[in-house]
Amino acid sequence: MLSGRAFKFGDNISTDAIIPGRFTQLRSNLPELAKHAMEDADPTFASRVKQGDFIVAGRNFGLGSSREHAPLVIKMAGVSAILAKSVARIFFRNAINIGLPVLLCSTDGIKDGDELEVDLRSGTVRIAATGEQLRFARIPEIMLRILDEGGLLPYVQKHGSFQL
Amino acid sequence: MGKTLAERILGTRSGVEARAGDIVIANVDMAFIQDTTGPLAVRQFRSAGFERPAASLRVAVFLDHAAPSPGSALSDDHRLLREFARETGAALSEVGEGICHQIVAESMAAPGDLIVGADSHTVTAGALGAFACAMGSTDVAVALGLGKTWFRVPESIQVVLSGNFPDGVCAKDLVLYLISQIGAEGATYKALEFGGDAMGNMSIADRLTVANMTVEAGAKVGLFPADKVTQDYLSALGRSECYQPLSADTDATYERVINIDLTELEPMVARLHTVDSAAPVGELSGTKIDQVFIGTCTNGRLNDLAVAARMLKGKRIHPGVRLVIAPASRGVLLAAIEAGYVQVLLESGGIILPPGCGPCLGLHQGVLGAGESCLSTANRNFRGRMGNPDAFIYLASPAVAAATALRGEISDPREMV
Repeated sequence: MLSGRAFKFGDNISTDAIIPGRFTQLRSNLPELAKHAMEDADPTFASRVKQGDFIVAGRNFGLGSSREHAPLVIKMAGVSAILAKSVARIFFRNAINIGLPVLLCSTDGIKDGDELEVDLRSGTVRIAATGEQLRFARIPEIMLRILDEGGLLPYVQKHGSFQL
Repeated sequence: MGKTLAERILGTRSGVEARAGDIVIANVDMAFIQDTTGPLAVRQFRSAGFERPAASLRVAVFLDHAAPSPGSALSDDHRLLREFARETGAALSEVGEGICHQIVAESMAAPGDLIVGADSHTVTAGALGAFACAMGSTDVAVALGLGKTWFRVPESIQVVLSGNFPDGVCAKDLVLYLISQIGAEGATYKALEFGGDAMGNMSIADRLTVANMTVEAGAKVGLFPADKVTQDYLSALGRSECYQPLSADTDATYERVINIDLTELEPMVARLHTVDSAAPVGELSGTKIDQVFIGTCTNGRLNDLAVAARMLKGKRIHPGVRLVIAPASRGVLLAAIEAGYVQVLLESGGIILPPGCGPCLGLHQGVLGAGESCLSTANRNFRGRMGNPDAFIYLASPAVAAATALRGEISDPREMV
């Protein structure tokens, strides 16, 4: 069970908003880079987010660049899962590959600051204040198994290769 | 039942039937990294315990995004990548050689190849009929080590093109129009497959521009058939042995079919701050512009510089505008010098940058100031893209860019011929 506070964002949050290209020189210094997580979408995010909190977004979260640093800085900032109506393809794979859950569900009923409880096993999100429960969609089995191992590297180290 | 191009290539590379929706494990022909995603990929490759890339793979390392390096941390990233290339025997494309996607097209990709690259515009090589798919650093690191990766076989959207481009209109206008019609997630997780009577009118340069931007509609791949145009392109580069014809079956199943008549297109401009917001240039005419950028993997090729040079010949750009030009590769720059384009562009007031990504990603070589506007031939105009969240970026063709450089405001190139 994951629990934390919702940080609400809108539609089409690009990887340039998540971790702008002007910080490319920090990409080999991840702790410093993570201080700029989400900076162009919400400059106060990195200083306010606490371990376990959630990013709650609209449609097409993470569109744009293939930079894996986008989900990495979100995870390093403390976020335990991303909830979104939809997510861009490359970002989706990258997030799962580093062990950051991406949960696809209707996010309209979640308000900024809501306390949430997420149960990855049952596939539900509970809004603490109202008790309302949301279901999130199942992701492909291979992605679930990569996530279960904590990411693609531990998955490959355990299995030696991809398994269907 | 017939196969789409995506099903055909993934079927061949995975050795199974590979129908849309299936998950397959496919053998990769080529994998590449570049200087902003490569250092993480190398670290992940080593963390996974790999020592050498799979023997079956062609591997390339490109120094193009921060080239030459503007800072010591990026110089150290370049050192790491050079060392990795030396250790593993990977092809190294040095600073100054040009943009990964241009070099992949010129000298590496072939029809039917399965290519993964740690750069979102890897889709560009779909112009040659390669299933070229972007992934992040860890995915590419694992593909490097294993020589394979997993795919969900995408549903395909067929884009049927007819007619020919009118004067002043080009492939960039086509792809901006297409994305404006289907939206920034109109092809997410899907393949965009191009075909139709217009194929004979579309050069590989045109196809590269279109395939390049399919990712801006969310696409996994943008695929063109491999045909006579492809064969001629490869032959001219001395690579005729790489050619094989490739097409979808006529009875393939598409999720959706989109018809576009090229003769009806107009010059397009993508408005602030999304790629899918393009409108005919007339709707934005008169918008004041501080910097014009011609270049990138979308529009930094010889034909793009030729269009600009034709329009700027014997003229001076507007005094309020900086015109920044970055050829896509060393080969493009040499050919542009040979053709006299570089002389024309310099005499008109333009600045020629070294071959590479230039100011596209906001790292160097033309970072915008607060409140400034840029008209760019690149593929992205997200807020902050060119290094400043308080700047404004419009996307358009090289012809619109040249017209805009002359007038200092967004202008219709058809008024200047």
